[in-house]
Amino acid sequence: MSVFKDAGHLFRFAGLFVLAFLVFLVVRHYVVPKSFGQYGHYRGAAIGEIAARPVKYAGHESCESCHADVLDVKKAGKHAHVNCEACHGPLAKHADDPASVTPVLPDTAVLCARCHTASAAKPKGFPQVEPEDHSTGLPCGTCHKPHNPGMEAGGAK
Amino acid sequence: MKITRRQMLILLPAAAVAWESVLAGTPEEAPNYRMTEHWWSMLIDIPKCIGCGNCVRACQAENDVPEGYFRTWVERYNVSDEQMTNPQVISPDGGKEGFPVAQEDGEKYFFVPKLCNHCADSPCTQVCPVGATFISPDGVVLVDQTYCLGCAYCVQACPYGCRYIHPQKKVADKCTLCYHRITKGLTTACCEACPTGARQLADLKNPNDPIHEFLKTHSVQVLKPQMATGAKVFYNDLDGSVR
Repeated sequence: MSVFKDAGHLFRFAGLFVLAFLVFLVVRHYVVPKSFGQYGHYRGAAIGEIAARPVKYAGHESCESCHADVLDVKKAGKHAHVNCEACHGPLAKHADDPASVTPVLPDTAVLCARCHTASAAKPKGFPQVEPEDHSTGLPCGTCHKPHNPGMEAGGAK
Repeated sequence: MKITRRQMLILLPAAAVAWESVLAGTPEEAPNYRMTEHWWSMLIDIPKCIGCGNCVRACQAENDVPEGYFRTWVERYNVSDEQMTNPQVISPDGGKEGFPVAQEDGEKYFFVPKLCNHCADSPCTQVCPVGATFISPDGVVLVDQTYCLGCAYCVQACPYGCRYIHPQKKVADKCTLCYHRITKGLTTACCEACPTGARQLADLKNPNDPIHEFLKTHSVQVLKPQMATGAKVFYNDLDGSVR
């Protein structure tokens, strides 16, 4: 032991280091979230939390499970590929509880014009009209059914 | 109860495995969804976009995006013959309520919907000092808002301007590719609301996804390919003037 006779101060210092390291390990255990590093340098549980956020748009499959009649009308016309909520807005609450939440019918004057007002910027093949010239102020629904807008499909509905 | 040494040796690893899973918790809320089976992307068909702003409104409704901030927005480009490098770009209120009518026929116009490109090698995730933003195992760049400090390094790092600091929460916010929807088998809100099918959610790991055929047969580009971000939002028929 004579070799370490005068090395007491070094051992005390090393002891301090070991103690500090243990304290660090304990603090780290409590501070770092449990799932941190599960998939990478982030909190793995965050993925589940983000996935659990509520849905507002129900998706057209939900609509079609009840409104099959509208789907049949829509399929026959030019709006076949326009999803229900593109016009009717987010309706997941209605899909969850149809009785308590009643959808508001969209205002066709705004709705139709949004897509079909003529503009040189729009793709050439897309059907566009000058609203004033086209209908002289009449609502679109006078001549077109929104679910199947072709003229052959008949008048207001 | 007396446990022999043999039983103890068998039990110990089993207990360790059980304890591991207790520590890990349940990361996924959607029961039948496996992260490793997906690699999400989006396809944007420029010639189909009519600039109606349905996607912008749908995104704001679905994700409670604060007024004046955008997770997706639509830009209208107007390119004159000799001004390829100097296009006129407008995006009034993100294109949320559509665009002013363009009268000048004969000029080149087109709409470019933009959103987070969910880059495979994203600059935004690399600069985060605390590990609050990351790319998930299924290829979606997400923000852990309980962990974010709001330092906005990522906002500066994104070459596409897709991030912002949420004015109330004071943390980074961005497109999640509607992660809460796609993990439940739904498409994103913007794709659901797009009337012309100009936006399509795509799963690159699904061999039956129509994106594979589309990518093979069309002129497809990503934004800022020179930055090698591994962007996964594919634009069909993208004009060279788009930045």
